[in-house]
Order: sequence, then structure tokens, then C-alpha cells
Amino acid sequence: MAENRYLLNAQLAQMLKGGVIMDVVNVEQAQIAQEAGAVAVMALERVPADIRKQGGVARMSDPGLIKAIKAAVTIPVMAKARIGHFVEAQILQALKIDYIDESEVLTPADEECHIDKSRFEIPFVCGARNLGEAVRRIAEGAAMIRTKGEAGTGNVVEAVRHMRTMNREIRQLAMMPVEEIMSFAKLNGIPYELALEVKKLGRLPVVNFAAGGIATPADAALMMQLGCDGVFVGSGIFKSGDPARYARAIVKATAYHDDPAKLLEVSMDLGEPMPGLDVATMPGAERLAGRGW
Amino acid sequence: MNAAVGAIGVLDLQGGVQEHLDHLQRIGVVGRPVKRAAELADLAGLIIPGGESTCLSRLLAIFGLDDAIRQAYDNGLKLWGTCAGAILLARENIGETPFLGLMDIAISRNAFGSQLDSFSGEALAPAVACQPIPLTFIRAPKITRIGDSVRVLLQVDDYVAAAEDDQILVTVFHPELTPSLAFHRYFARKCGLKVAAADDAALDPDWTPQSWTRFSYHV
Repeated sequence: MAENRYLLNAQLAQMLKGGVIMDVVNVEQAQIAQEAGAVAVMALERVPADIRKQGGVARMSDPGLIKAIKAAVTIPVMAKARIGHFVEAQILQALKIDYIDESEVLTPADEECHIDKSRFEIPFVCGARNLGEAVRRIAEGAAMIRTKGEAGTGNVVEAVRHMRTMNREIRQLAMMPVEEIMSFAKLNGIPYELALEVKKLGRLPVVNFAAGGIATPADAALMMQLGCDGVFVGSGIFKSGDPARYARAIVKATAYHDDPAKLLEVSMDLGEPMPGLDVATMPGAERLAGRGW
Repeated sequence: MNAAVGAIGVLDLQGGVQEHLDHLQRIGVVGRPVKRAAELADLAGLIIPGGESTCLSRLLAIFGLDDAIRQAYDNGLKLWGTCAGAILLARENIGETPFLGLMDIAISRNAFGSQLDSFSGEALAPAVACQPIPLTFIRAPKITRIGDSVRVLLQVDDYVAAAEDDQILVTVFHPELTPSLAFHRYFARKCGLKVAAADDAALDPDWTPQSWTRFSYHV
């Protein structure tokens, strides 16, 4: 990928800042999301809550479905490829969607290597639990990062853990004398040059969204106040009692994340949120965030 | 007096807010994020940044900021819409309902295709700078018609990329994503602000693609 193309791809993510990206499984949901003020939609066959319930191997969605969703909205369309499945990514690039999510929500196709994203023209977003993961994905060519959280649980605890971990590690780096950085980079699996850049900026050099378990307007605002640049909502909208209402409320809460009076207003009388799962009692094999290397 | 206060607001609901704040600081103008109607008071100008126009329009309508912007415009506030901001300001929005409708132009949103069709280049806008300046188009709209009150600042192929009337500037590209400060200086002057004399075509050597992060959350 030319340097110029990478820059344009990182800059598209900049234009999504402060916004909400919503998972949708059909044209009707995509239109509801756009109408509610989503900045992009993630087109997929099943939301993470259903992937979790149904088990089996989760793959890239049928391109026919993604194409129909792309035709139905004017906002950017994203879709997921399996970790390491560079051919699914080639197919999504040929489909000319706007962003690929190399996602742990799908069953990994490669348990050692992620996609070499620098070989693609199309932008990628990748999940991360900590600074090392985030920076390795950036080194591979990701133009945008998101927390992994724990998708499909309606439980924000893992997204909070991942954002706090990233912030803590960035803070350590920012305070560190230069001679300690090589060792820190080695311990955390961070490319040295990027460690220096993160130290200088005091944050990731690309846009960083929250994802994985965000189910309410308050969850979205919590992640924004923790320093995320925007929010992905997977199952949280279309598994709630009133999706259009939840969608609008989460959009408003993300924009006004620092205004408790407005958060109160948008949180009132929303009806049932999506059902939640306790992550602490979940067996390791059911945790999606551990996928990725 | 507006000009005496001298701040330019950046609508801070969604999109490329920090990028504009960074550019305003580089030209020595006070930039102020605007989220609430009261924050429009005493501004010399307001930038409506790039982002997603449907999202911005929903958020503007929810808490009455759209009416507040119309009222401030009626009282003389200068406006600059970049990309999505230009869509919101257009009187005619092809295939969709216009939103603020304050400028007599027709605009077609996302007129180039998907992200793979986003591009950058450079062009000469003689009224703005005497040398070509870099341009970045991201899922950009095209201005397809301009009214009698509107002047073209930059024409590219079959569409208008930058235009102005007495009170409004629109660009379908993103000067805030480049090292060029020319359009920010141009808008500041349009707002009646004095900006330091400089070669408008010169690029800011200190700008990097990560400069926006100074105005975002950092540890």
C-alpha cells in the first residue's frame, strides 16, 4: 500500500470520531442505523450474541448480503474477515466496501499470523486488549484500532479493562526515560519506532474506538470518558427491546458523553437492554478476546 | 463586537473537530469547540467539520442547535462547511432532504464511490493562494450547481470543489487533513480576523498527520 493510501485510510477513521458504528444483519437494520445517526455500519450475517449462542465456525458473511446493505445506505460500510484470512479480505476489497474488521468475533483462520494489511488498498480496523496488540496491528498496516472487549455479552467490563490497560501502558511509556524503552518494547512485543511515537504523542497514533459489550448509552459515554475516539455497538442495539430508540440514544450519549444532564435525558424510559452475560464465570474457550496474537 | 473576541468555533458533535482546532491554532486564531447553543455567542465564525452528514444532522436537530445556527447566521455569523459540513449547508441535496439549506448550491453526497476512490492531489485556487495547494478528498461530495449569489473558488473537471457567498465558505475536500493553512487563513479573513501575514501557499513544516492528537484525549 502506498503511504498516501494509508494516510487516506487513517483519515477516514478520523472522520468517524465521536460516532457510533453499528452491527446490522440486513437492509432494514442498516436503514434504521443510518436513520438513527450511525457513522458507519458493520454488515454481517449474525450479531456476536448469536454467533456466541450458535457456536460452530463463524466466517466472513455472504458477499451478496454485504452488497445489498452497501446499496441501501450512503454511510460507510464495514465487514469482518477472519484473523489471518487474507483471501476473505481480498474478496471484501474486491467488493469495494469501506473498511475491513479483521475480527476475533469470527473463528480465526490462522493461529500465528494476522493479515499483512500493508498489502491492501482497503483500510483495516483491528481489535486489541493492550498497547502491544494495538501497536503490532498498526505495524501490520491497520489504520484504526478498537478495544476487543468481550463481544456479544452486553457486558462492558472487558472493554473497560482493555482501555484502562492501554492507557496505563501508554502512561508508563510517556514517563519512561529513553534508555528503558527498548526493554519495554521487547517485553510488550512493541516495535521500537512505534513505541517512541506513542511516547511522544501520549496516545495511539491512529483513531481508537471502543468495542465489545457496549449495551447502553451510559456504557458508550463511559468508554468515551475513558478516552476512546468513538464506539462500536454490536448486539447492543438490535438485541434490545426497541432498536431504533436504543440506536438514537447511544448516538446522542456518544456525542454528549461529558454532559450528565443530557445523558440522563437520553437514558430515560428506553425499555429493555440486550440480555447480559457474566464474563467472570465464562469458560476460557468461550472468550473471544483471547483470539489474536 | 464579534471580531474583537475573535474566536472561531468548530462544531463538536462528530467528525474532524480536532484537526480544525489544530489548524486554527497554527494561524494564531482561538478555536472553540461548540456543542451547545450558548457556545455560539460572540464567535466570529463557525466551522462545520467533515464527518457523517446524517449523523451530524440528527445531532444538530435533537438539542436545537440547528435553529441556533440559523439564528446566528441571520445575525451575521460566517460559516465554513468542509465535506459533510458543506452537505449540511447546501440548499439542494441531491436524492436527500436538505438540512440547514443556507447556501444556494446543489450537492451530491459521496459522489466518487467507496473509500477505495478517496484520493489526494493539488490544485490552484487563485483567490486563496497563488501556488497550488494540497487537497484531500475522502468519500467526498460534489457541488453540481451554484446559484447567482455564489462564487466558484475551485473548479475540478465537472464539479465545483470550493465556493463561497458573502457569508458562507464550502469545500468538499479537507484542508484540515493537509499541511496547508491557506483555507483557514482565507476563512479567518472572511470572518474579519487579522491573521499573520504569510505566504498562503507555504506548507506548515511542523504539521504531521498525527497533529490532531494534541487536541484529543491523551495520557
